[in-house]
Amino acid sequence: MSSIGTGYDLSASQFSPDGRVFQCEYAMKAAEMSGTAIGLRGKDGCVLAVEKVITSKLHEPDSGRRIYTIENSIGMVVCGLITDGRAVVNYALKEAQSYRRQYGQTIPLKILNERLSSLFHAYTLYSAVRPYGVCIILTTWTEENGSEIYSIEPSGVSFGYYGCAAGKTKQGARTEIEKLKLSSLSARELLNEGAKIIYRVNEDSSDSDTKFKLELSWVGKDTNGIHQMCPVNLYEEAKAAASAAMEQGDSDIE
Amino acid sequence: MSNNGINFTPLWNNGPVPGNFYNFPQNQVKSNSIDDFGVQRNSGPITTGTSIVAVRYDKGVIIAGDKLVSYGNLARYHNVDRVFKINEYITLGMSGDYADFQFIKQYIDENILADFSMDDKITLKPKDLFTWLTRILYNRRSRFNPLWLDMVVGGMQTESEPFLGHINVRGRAYTNDVISTGYGTHLALPLLREYSEKGPLDEAKALELVKTCMEVLYYRDCRGYPKYSQANINDKGCTVTDQLVKENWDLALSIKGY
Amino acid sequence: MFRNQYDSDVTVWSPQGRIHQVEYAMEAVKLGSATVGLKSKDYAVLIALKRATSELSAHQQKILRIDDHIGISMAGITADARVLCRYLRQECINHKYSYGRNHPVSRLINTLGLKMQVCTQRYDRRPYGVGLLVAGYDDQGPHIYQTCPSANFYDCRAMAIGARSQSARTYLEKHLNLFKDCDLQELINHGVRALAGTLPNETKLNNQNLSICVVGKDMKFKNFQESELEKYINAEIAGTQPATAESDPSEVGVGGTERQPYVDPPAPLNQPEPRLEDPAVEERRME
Repeated sequence: MSSIGTGYDLSASQFSPDGRVFQCEYAMKAAEMSGTAIGLRGKDGCVLAVEKVITSKLHEPDSGRRIYTIENSIGMVVCGLITDGRAVVNYALKEAQSYRRQYGQTIPLKILNERLSSLFHAYTLYSAVRPYGVCIILTTWTEENGSEIYSIEPSGVSFGYYGCAAGKTKQGARTEIEKLKLSSLSARELLNEGAKIIYRVNEDSSDSDTKFKLELSWVGKDTNGIHQMCPVNLYEEAKAAASAAMEQGDSDIE
Repeated sequence: MSNNGINFTPLWNNGPVPGNFYNFPQNQVKSNSIDDFGVQRNSGPITTGTSIVAVRYDKGVIIAGDKLVSYGNLARYHNVDRVFKINEYITLGMSGDYADFQFIKQYIDENILADFSMDDKITLKPKDLFTWLTRILYNRRSRFNPLWLDMVVGGMQTESEPFLGHINVRGRAYTNDVISTGYGTHLALPLLREYSEKGPLDEAKALELVKTCMEVLYYRDCRGYPKYSQANINDKGCTVTDQLVKENWDLALSIKGY
Repeated sequence: MFRNQYDSDVTVWSPQGRIHQVEYAMEAVKLGSATVGLKSKDYAVLIALKRATSELSAHQQKILRIDDHIGISMAGITADARVLCRYLRQECINHKYSYGRNHPVSRLINTLGLKMQVCTQRYDRRPYGVGLLVAGYDDQGPHIYQTCPSANFYDCRAMAIGARSQSARTYLEKHLNLFKDCDLQELINHGVRALAGTLPNETKLNNQNLSICVVGKDMKFKNFQESELEKYINAEIAGTQPATAESDPSEVGVGGTERQPYVDPPAPLNQPEPRLEDPAVEERRME
């Protein structure tokens, strides 16, 4: 990035001579600074898994959660500036509410994704505001459309995914996701896979339980299309599977 | 505002408007004509549900209401729910204008959905909904645009504390052990009071009492209906079931001369 | 003089993905005198150290009542805190009017967070330069929340913010597991002990500079009178001294934003990009 510091990177409403909007790229940096989050799209449901970094012993374990529910059935996870994330979540709730008032049903994920992308994009157009410093992953499962996952970047760019990752170690997580046969896995199985990936990308951290908390949520056939945090028994099972896989991996290396 | 047909925008928000100086003062007082003599709104219910009967017993609440929505005297819509489960802690029964109710119900549902989305174990309780509805209805009637509703909110405020309240079209609200709306105020309430004033009821007695009231109402209220829904809420949860008045018209034969 | 060019507005991201204006606002919290919040299973307590501008002035109020079930204490620009306080009071009143009950604490803090976030994203605003500790009691039990100028907030088991508060946090972390079963008296004693660790040299707790409030089960918000503080101060003096934690030298002697005698402002930054001083601080901002 040779143009950094030349003065063309101070405003979202300004192009650099080589045609880039640096403020968007910088916002992306912020989005990559937080703990890793992944979304997995299986055959009968989706799973969100998040590495929630613990910054102080003084905080309650539930403090600063990163997975949110929009209406009943849509899951959303934010990566980056958590405060911006909360603002986006609030906006998403409002959009879902307004859609329901007009059409009497839950907003389809495709539409919500479009509307949120537009929001992100609008914040890249003016010098009076800054782009959101967050990446978000949206997910749902419906009888008609099955599993869906979308991800939006600070620039407002969004794509649908089979599996996606955001945050600190998104490259590593992405490589791990690519090893999975997503379309043949059930949501139930993906809970374990999601936990494994989150633990694996944190391989070097010695005592992972004090460094981060795994957040797991799912939506699918098993939950009747309701997005919810993973039940305690499945959560413990997924965590056990993850630590088993870690030990397995260690012995492989030795 | 007359600017020779040209509409100028203000120089800034709420600021002066070009040309305005010349027709100072800006707001001319219109002369009183017969057309300015206030407005009359046509306010009154159109499609209506009739009575609701509700009893608070020692460990819970029962709310019952028939499944008919009438258009004037016409029994227009059958099999319509007028008693609802709002969440695990609240049931709601309505009489009055059904369209007004559908309008208000949408906002209640939004509230419940928001509770779900927040996922923070904080839920709406009957007293909350009761207060909220009171504010809405009182506000609307104060603006001379009332929602024509008679509503009964029942539920569990805490695990051991049942709640029952009544709000009417004018935002008048009270809580009581027995409540009835519509025609039931005349027909069911005397029956309900006769038993409730003897002391707290248990569930079985309350169920029986409600059944009697619904029977009486069906026979005497010309907008009544034998099918009714009945919500029962207590510490075990909230259920809404369909019930049927056992009709017996044998006595009809004995009535002569009309 | 070469200046950091990315730190002028909240609307500018630095190439590292940071917003310097927000981080500077976070520094304002460290200028205010310390305040401690902690909770047992029935009570949430706030304890604050008040400052006086001069010998002639009264001590600046540090604890404000929001509602019967919520109190806040502040560190940083107290004028900003008053704006937030007014907002919180308004929200509580509105909630009570609409629903006839106390505003659930977590949702109140969430709306506050949304309000504060707006100020971190717009050219025509600046972040609120104040950190709050919010003590509340509702159906979910007692709560201690910490809010930051970054608009972030944390649900805490105990927390301390303000000048030299690190020593108080060390104390709290050390005794964290005791608080849950404390009675009110013990809980306050712990808080006062934690706060005592933040005292500047040659300052002692007295009934003028100490401020305590409680919310909890079956009680309304209570701000302790001067006469009631004595026993807690005595308990602090009599009790074991808190483990002396390393105090941050940069925090010592820095003038407060609460109308302290004028002190030269810290030297302007002359590095092109201030490096990440403490990864933990940065993480906290991000998470």
